[in-house]
Amino acid sequence: MIINHTTTYKLRIFLFGNRFRPGFIRQALVYGLLIILTILFILPFYWMLNTALKPIKEVFTVPPSWYPSPPMFINFADAVTNSYAGSSTPAGSIPPMLRYALNTTLITVNGVIATLFSSSLVAYAFARLRFPGRNVLFLGILSTLMIPFAVVMVPQFILWKNLNWLDTFWPLMIPHWFGSAWNIFLLRQFFMGIPMDYDESALIDGASHWDIYWKIILPLSTPALAAVGVLAFVYFWNDFLGPLIILSTPEHFTLTIYLTNFMIPLQKLTQWNLYMAAAFIVTLPCMILFFFSQNVFLKGITISEFRR
Amino acid sequence: MSAIPTSTKPARRSHLRTLRFRETLAAYGFISPWIIGFLAFMGGPIAASFILSFFSWKMISPPKFIGLRNYVSMFTTDDLFRTSIGVTFKYVIIAVPLAQILSLTLAILLNQNVRLSGFWRTVFYLPAIISGVAGAVIWKWMYNNELGVINNILANIGIHAPHWLYDKNTALIALIIKGLWNVGVPMVIYLAALQGMPRYLYEAAEIDGAGEVAKFRAITLPMLTPVIFFNLVMGTITGIQTFAEPYVMTGGGPENATLFLGLHLYHSAFGYLKMGYAAAMAWIMFIVILALTISQFMLANRWVYYETGEG
Repeated sequence: MIINHTTTYKLRIFLFGNRFRPGFIRQALVYGLLIILTILFILPFYWMLNTALKPIKEVFTVPPSWYPSPPMFINFADAVTNSYAGSSTPAGSIPPMLRYALNTTLITVNGVIATLFSSSLVAYAFARLRFPGRNVLFLGILSTLMIPFAVVMVPQFILWKNLNWLDTFWPLMIPHWFGSAWNIFLLRQFFMGIPMDYDESALIDGASHWDIYWKIILPLSTPALAAVGVLAFVYFWNDFLGPLIILSTPEHFTLTIYLTNFMIPLQKLTQWNLYMAAAFIVTLPCMILFFFSQNVFLKGITISEFRR
Repeated sequence: MSAIPTSTKPARRSHLRTLRFRETLAAYGFISPWIIGFLAFMGGPIAASFILSFFSWKMISPPKFIGLRNYVSMFTTDDLFRTSIGVTFKYVIIAVPLAQILSLTLAILLNQNVRLSGFWRTVFYLPAIISGVAGAVIWKWMYNNELGVINNILANIGIHAPHWLYDKNTALIALIIKGLWNVGVPMVIYLAALQGMPRYLYEAAEIDGAGEVAKFRAITLPMLTPVIFFNLVMGTITGIQTFAEPYVMTGGGPENATLFLGLHLYHSAFGYLKMGYAAAMAWIMFIVILALTISQFMLANRWVYYETGEG
């Protein structure tokens, strides 16, 4: 076999020279495909930025141009100060988009902290403690993953209505302090990988379970917590259906709601350049977060990867 | 294994029992947030939703018990419900497998020891970061008939392009293509699985003279089947619940060609305030998800290969 392989190799060198060393065609194919797919995947980003920088006149030229001339960086400022739905910004108040950004930030920061704290708390018990009903309860948590949001959407809406929480941030903030199934699962998987010896010697030294959770398990789990944190950030930042159902006055909107309402004021023509500028600003925090913590992200997705 | 310290103190029975009790108490303390949250925001609403599905309730008047009428009328008088089931199924049946092919292809390419692998990975994963509304807004603009980039490119290569989102024959296809842009998560899961493959299997196959195709079919694919299965199930569950894309890009149109089940449910609940009806529809959605998941699990015996199994 091996002899056979080297003979063909020699033959190939003889016929084509070094250029056609084995694997050359394969390499060309791989890089060719990667380049084509990259162009396709980047196109939407490029088109967003290209449009965001165009003067309005250029947005409506046919065929559309591939680069803005001149690039209008002022569009980003205009997108932020652009007031919509016919309401003009009263003097002295902050521009609408800034307000939405603040609302979204509040909901997101609360969501990340709440998710990290409550999910790790529950995950700790399932990973490190023995108690009657553990397996049944854990199965119960996992099975809630299959229940679509639609099932609880209507009763939750009625609950918020009765609590007088509609059009407030409470429904978007409070429920996340009670653990989320997927993150409990992720953190439990990670916690189970930490040797039990730590807990045992801490117990001998008289530590409480809270001490073990807070001073041993959490500090040892920073990679998993970071992964859950960044994924939660992206989730809350992009959340749409929840805010859509709950928030109704413009002052309370989040950025995603703002984006879906962007075209209302202009009746006929959408200012696509400002729209794309706004979309870019909305996506920017998540993109920056991703660029700085890529590996954390990818780890977060693959912690869940089950191994048999 | 035992969490009970035995070395320092004499382990008396009662002492041991106290420790066990303390551990149980602590455990329930730790999981109490989830139990409370579940009862208040999941379990309670699930029960309420089930009961509500047998009522007619428009929020303004008190709910009226109507038995199974919500469920019956869904299948007999509500044409839009049937349409939305059809749209959702069509989307799931086409988009979920295509997403697997694309994300697996990307993962295999990234696994070829390529240069700049971090760069390519970033590019393919990035859309997953901005999925939802912002992504839908960008694609809506790209699909614009005259001003959009897609039809401009197609015109340049001589293809007479459709109106995409405004044509009932192409609107769903447009959403499927947009969905393929968001394959970052399954791609990363495939990539991790590929990188975890044991080298020795490939080495053994190479000694036997197996080519690339043979190695892929005999080793990679069988070893990947559990992961493919996982991604198929997850993709189906999220696919059935698709909401933001049709809401932003088409509003369910044209002529209800993209009226997804989630969108129809949203309209029924918060547009027409038919709360009981919407609850019933949500249960049908749950049953569909459950049925598809169970059938995928049952079919899995035939094609999913588990190392520790009988194989």
